Amino acid sequence: MTGQGFKSLTLIGVLVIAAAFVPFVTNGYWLSIAVTAMMYIALATAWTLFSGPTHYISLATGAFFGIGGYLVATGMSDFDISFWVMAAIAPIVAVVLAALIGAATLRLSGIYFVIFTLGLAEMIRGLVSWVQNNFLGSRGLYVLTDFTEEHIYWMLLGIAATVYVIGWLIDRSKLGFAMKIIGNDEGVAKHLGINTARAKVILFMITGFFSALVGVIVAPRYSYIEPNLVFSPEISFMVVIMALLGGTQRLWGPIIGVIPFILIWETITVSFPNATTLYLGLSFLAIVYFLPNGVVGLIESLTKRGRAS
Amino acid sequence: MTPPRTLLKVENLTKRFGGLVAVNDMTFDVKEHEVMGLIGPNGSGKTTTMNLISGAFGPSTGTISMNNRVLSGLPAHEITRAGISRTFQLVKVLPGLSLTENVIAGAAFGHKKRWGAEAVDMAHQLLIRVGLETQIDLPVTSLTYIDQKRLELARALAGEPEVLLLDEWLAGLNPTELQDGIALISDLRKEGRTIILVEHVMDAIRSLCDRCVVMNSGTKIAEGTPQDVLSDPEVIRAYLGDE
Repeated sequence: MTGQGFKSLTLIGVLVIAAAFVPFVTNGYWLSIAVTAMMYIALATAWTLFSGPTHYISLATGAFFGIGGYLVATGMSDFDISFWVMAAIAPIVAVVLAALIGAATLRLSGIYFVIFTLGLAEMIRGLVSWVQNNFLGSRGLYVLTDFTEEHIYWMLLGIAATVYVIGWLIDRSKLGFAMKIIGNDEGVAKHLGINTARAKVILFMITGFFSALVGVIVAPRYSYIEPNLVFSPEISFMVVIMALLGGTQRLWGPIIGVIPFILIWETITVSFPNATTLYLGLSFLAIVYFLPNGVVGLIESLTKRGRAS
Repeated sequence: MTPPRTLLKVENLTKRFGGLVAVNDMTFDVKEHEVMGLIGPNGSGKTTTMNLISGAFGPSTGTISMNNRVLSGLPAHEITRAGISRTFQLVKVLPGLSLTENVIAGAAFGHKKRWGAEAVDMAHQLLIRVGLETQIDLPVTSLTYIDQKRLELARALAGEPEVLLLDEWLAGLNPTELQDGIALISDLRKEGRTIILVEHVMDAIRSLCDRCVVMNSGTKIAEGTPQDVLSDPEVIRAYLGDE
């Protein structure tokens, strides 16, 4: 187990180094796709930290991501605060929000949790729009920095790698073991002495922190930000789909899901710009129906069958 | 010789589910090193009483205390940490974990916490102890019913609880398995563990229990040695009805 664990960490290390060279070999169109892919790799890996072991499908990614992007934008445009100060504040706000949501909702199970997180993200979007319209004047906000596409790419890569290492460490910790037990049977977990609510809230806070940080880093890319853009529920759904496509039972699953999905998605948005939501829905159905355990699950069942025969 | 001290105290315990009174004003003590049987016909409130002790839910009124510390009202994980472990009426192993991990799960967060190599050692010892040494590397899902029950017992023992709750641990076993099961619990008894067991198997009650509390319709109707309570006319009426 330990040997296997270090092997996967080494492999990821090699991948990170290789990925760091992407901006040197390409630019323009493909670099922009690489930035989008890196953004979703970071978001989907952060999502899997919490949702992988617990099987709680969270649609709150958009809320955390939005907090990151929006706070940077409003801080810089309305209050003249520097990007880096906002980059430090926004994830902490997201962590506090995650703790509050967690304390209030993690007693909910299954579908109720899903709906609550979706409703919550929409509520925050509405609230932020309302505050922006009524108290802060202008609706649009500008995030003007010196960052190039390359800088954003490397920062996102750094976040993705950090999330992965944290996940790897959690996997080997008592907290990770507790999460595995909770995913197996929450009722049993409580009777084994696990404070299930606390364990889940901690993981949810970590997910919230990094999702907001991704929102912060991506904000300069949009330049012009309005609440509906960064609090888009589409981000939440995309993250879920990509993580499920890759498979959530392994930390590297989402990475495998993101890259093909981004390429397919790019083709869809270019060829059928008016029907993206339709295709998003269709791909969701197809993944859940044909690949319930994702690509990782498929690979593992194939290798198991190969070994058995 | 000093008389055995009272470990667990249940006082005026009542649990209502809406209009239904599942447990009604139960009072009993469990002494240290004692095996106490909680018996009674189906639906008499035995499992509910076990769930109240383990903290699966809180009582409507009444208290449960151990070593003079009130436990009733605490969440299940704190009650476990205080030293009460249980098995479940419908066996609940953790299917995604290995056998060893299942037992470590009991050791890592329970009353006496163990982690790392120490926990692995203890898990192996306990798995051998309950008779699962040849199955150690099998997937949990391939275990037979009795082996799953053995695994659950090992998991419950892993936290070194002060009180062990066995909820129909012997139910559903065939006659040979039953003998093995009784022998296993008998060993635990000889070790001086404090156990509350809910049981229907009369042989097991006679051979294992020092004392029995008999429940019917949520109320305690008798208490005493197995011989005494099983010949009590009211107990016989509760089980078999009026003639």
